[in-house]
Amino acid sequence: MNATAQTSTEVRGAAVRFDHVQKSYDGITLVVKDLNLDIAPGEFVTMLGPSGSGKTTCLMMLAGFEPATHGEIFLNDKPINNVPPRKRGIGMVFQNYALFPHMSVAENLAFPLEIRKLGKSERDAKVKRALDMVELGAFGNRRPAQLSGGQQQRVAVARALVFDPDLVLMDEPLGALDKQLREQMQYEIKHIHESLGVSVVYVTHDQTEALTMSDRVAVFQDGVIQQLSSPDALYESPQNSFVAQFIGENNKLSGKVTARNGNLCSLTLDDGTQVEAEAVNIGEPGTRSTISLRPERIELQPSESRDNVVDGVVKEVLYLGDHLRIVMSVAGNDEFIVKVPNGGRNTVPVEGEVYKLGWSAIDAKALDPVT
Amino acid sequence: MSASTTASSNSSISGSADPLTKDGQPLKRSLARALRREKLRALFLIAPLLIFILISFVLPIGDMLFRSVENKIVEDTLPGTVRALASWDADSGELPDEAVFAALADDMMLAQEVKIHTRLGSRLNYDQPGISSVFRKSGRKIKALDNETAQAGFIAIDPAWDTPDAWTALRSMAAWPGKFAATAQSWKNWEAWYLSEEKEALDPTTTVPHGFTYAALYHDLASMPASDITALANSKNTTAVALFKQLAGKIDTIGNDDFKAQFADIDKGWADIDNWQAIQRLSPRIVDSYFLAAIDAERTSEGIEQKPDNERLYLKLFVRTIFMSLIITGSCILLGYPVAYLLANLSVRASNMVLILVLLPFWTSLLVRTSAWKVLLQQQGVINDLLVWAGVINEAGRLVMINNMTGTIIAMTHILLPFMILPLFSVMKTISPTYMRAAKSMGASDSLAFWRVYFPNTVPGIGAGSILVFILSIGYYITPELVGGTTGVFISNRIAYHISSSLNWGLAAALGSILLILVLALYWTYDRIVGIDNVKLG
Repeated sequence: MNATAQTSTEVRGAAVRFDHVQKSYDGITLVVKDLNLDIAPGEFVTMLGPSGSGKTTCLMMLAGFEPATHGEIFLNDKPINNVPPRKRGIGMVFQNYALFPHMSVAENLAFPLEIRKLGKSERDAKVKRALDMVELGAFGNRRPAQLSGGQQQRVAVARALVFDPDLVLMDEPLGALDKQLREQMQYEIKHIHESLGVSVVYVTHDQTEALTMSDRVAVFQDGVIQQLSSPDALYESPQNSFVAQFIGENNKLSGKVTARNGNLCSLTLDDGTQVEAEAVNIGEPGTRSTISLRPERIELQPSESRDNVVDGVVKEVLYLGDHLRIVMSVAGNDEFIVKVPNGGRNTVPVEGEVYKLGWSAIDAKALDPVT
Repeated sequence: MSASTTASSNSSISGSADPLTKDGQPLKRSLARALRREKLRALFLIAPLLIFILISFVLPIGDMLFRSVENKIVEDTLPGTVRALASWDADSGELPDEAVFAALADDMMLAQEVKIHTRLGSRLNYDQPGISSVFRKSGRKIKALDNETAQAGFIAIDPAWDTPDAWTALRSMAAWPGKFAATAQSWKNWEAWYLSEEKEALDPTTTVPHGFTYAALYHDLASMPASDITALANSKNTTAVALFKQLAGKIDTIGNDDFKAQFADIDKGWADIDNWQAIQRLSPRIVDSYFLAAIDAERTSEGIEQKPDNERLYLKLFVRTIFMSLIITGSCILLGYPVAYLLANLSVRASNMVLILVLLPFWTSLLVRTSAWKVLLQQQGVINDLLVWAGVINEAGRLVMINNMTGTIIAMTHILLPFMILPLFSVMKTISPTYMRAAKSMGASDSLAFWRVYFPNTVPGIGAGSILVFILSIGYYITPELVGGTTGVFISNRIAYHISSSLNWGLAAALGSILLILVLALYWTYDRIVGIDNVKLG
């Protein structure tokens, strides 16, 4: 839980629990396979995954638009499988905002309040507060079509929050915005979450979004949560190579485990090179494993002695301003990437030359046991 | 801005002066020139279509609508009478004077010769029932009219009046088309009559006109003050001078056949002031009589009045047409909306299937579909049989569902339903299902979400469908004709009757014009209330 939420307002967010939830549309394949997920009150949880991974289905089950095929979803410890969407009291931001085109911005915001039969003055006050929160106080009389994409997005957020729900669901809300606006909105949504203390379940396929905003990220693949942890843990210690690959950039080296000593292990790569790696998830010595290695943790021509030093042939050098991106051939991997920060005095590697590469054993994660 | 501002900087600043191009030309003119070629090219490309539409569509419809006010026939058939009648005071309570009857005799002589008097009779009969028989009868007996008294009177004063020279001299006078207008008209009639009778153009050097022309001359002279005749006697034409010197002071001795009495003998209709009022009323080439008839009004001596209740027909039909069209539009909305909703929310495969079912009626003949309704709805038909069999109604209580309003409404709703479904469908397809989800996530019940969120977004489709269905149904003809009986017919059926049976095209055109104006007015109202931009036709 983050500290700001607790200090600024009392936590009013709802707790959500998925208990062995399964979902199938056609009775043949499971889109969601045995989902177990606990979301604490006031937490910002992101469901991250490629399209078709089941993350949006989970969100729709939580919102009540799709029934769970098996298992139970709890909201504040009450089962909600048989509660219709309108009685769940969950705010929702849709992918294309779903602002009602025939109503003005203020009418859109007043809609959930009218349904809750709030008086006119109370309604107006809440609408004004919600619009001020997203800095659109002057736009109440506009039609959604008269607003820019970013403004529509903010109205959608305001509408999802205006009736003070304990839980807000967001279904790829920033997908239609350009890059700069998307980054700005990420911060705004994060700040709104922090100041209101509601629980947020956020669905996206954009890993940057997931890392910037979330308290915890659930990485989905094939209807299964591959890993559920905080953004830094997700990046620093991925539990399998799918997560490592999906979050940030990643080099793969495959080989055979030769020995295990504590939390480290030794491997023999396919070309015979010996390397040390952190034993995150490996089998018995003799089984195969994949090492995952971040490109920015590799040092070109290491000055001091490193746990691992191997030779690599430079294949291509790309100049990207703040860093150099070098594609190399290392231990049988022809797409081995090394990022060298641009310190201003680097010597640019020459294509076709052999260079030494070094990295620490704990930066190399041995994953994916194959038995 | 200083006075020395260059053209280029001027063009970039939105000042008071028009922006200029680099070489100092006004930017607007430059742009127009650059676009002109394109425009001409585009015009050239669409020219064949434009001309085709103009010739095959705009012109015939324009001509047809113009018939609603056009009324050449009276003046073309009775030119002299119309001219003479212009000065008659219709409210005087007296018949027109002898000069008018003389002109009528003259005009009728020619009209019966070229056989157009019965056509005029039919035309006048639309506004003055009974007058056509007056014309028919007069045409038969016109040749028997005594007409030579005036001729004999002229010759008695001066035998020269029996020579073609006298007429040549008369016709060459400056006063001929003015002071002798009636005579000049009569001469024209005589020429036309001669051509028709003798099959050759008359030779004015060898012939003198018939008695009617002498009668016209007599009336022209009789209506002139004596000083005018003295003045004519002083003109430059020697033959004419001689003739008019002889005439001076002796006009009264010429005498005249009493055409008024003779016409009254032929048919007492000529002694009826109403008939003469009708002729005078319908003399102009542009008249409003068809439009008045189309709204059940007539022009009487007291001005425009509504016809008595038992003669009113068209207003009632217009009201019925609009009323039934509204009911049909309403039923189409009620029946079409759920179907369109289904179409928009089914899977593509299933919705294509349903769409085919919707369009299927288009592929069968209208007559077949309408006749099928007859089979279903008639008193010995399927529905009545089923109801009787089920015991809902008894034998005596069989429902009358065809050849009345009900039949027309049922059959036309069925026929026009696709025109409502298709625009509705195209609008509903564009409404994202997330709107409904969003409404529900905010706490709205299904029905509230529908009425507050879904329905308002389908209004453009309802508008488009309603305009289509209403305009189609207001002018519909064939279905009401087949299943409408007497109580379920539309104004179009009356138009068709006047086009093909009564041949009163003017009235048909007037009814059609009113229908057109009505539709345009409704369209305008719709635009003001709903806004035509809110209509999506697909």
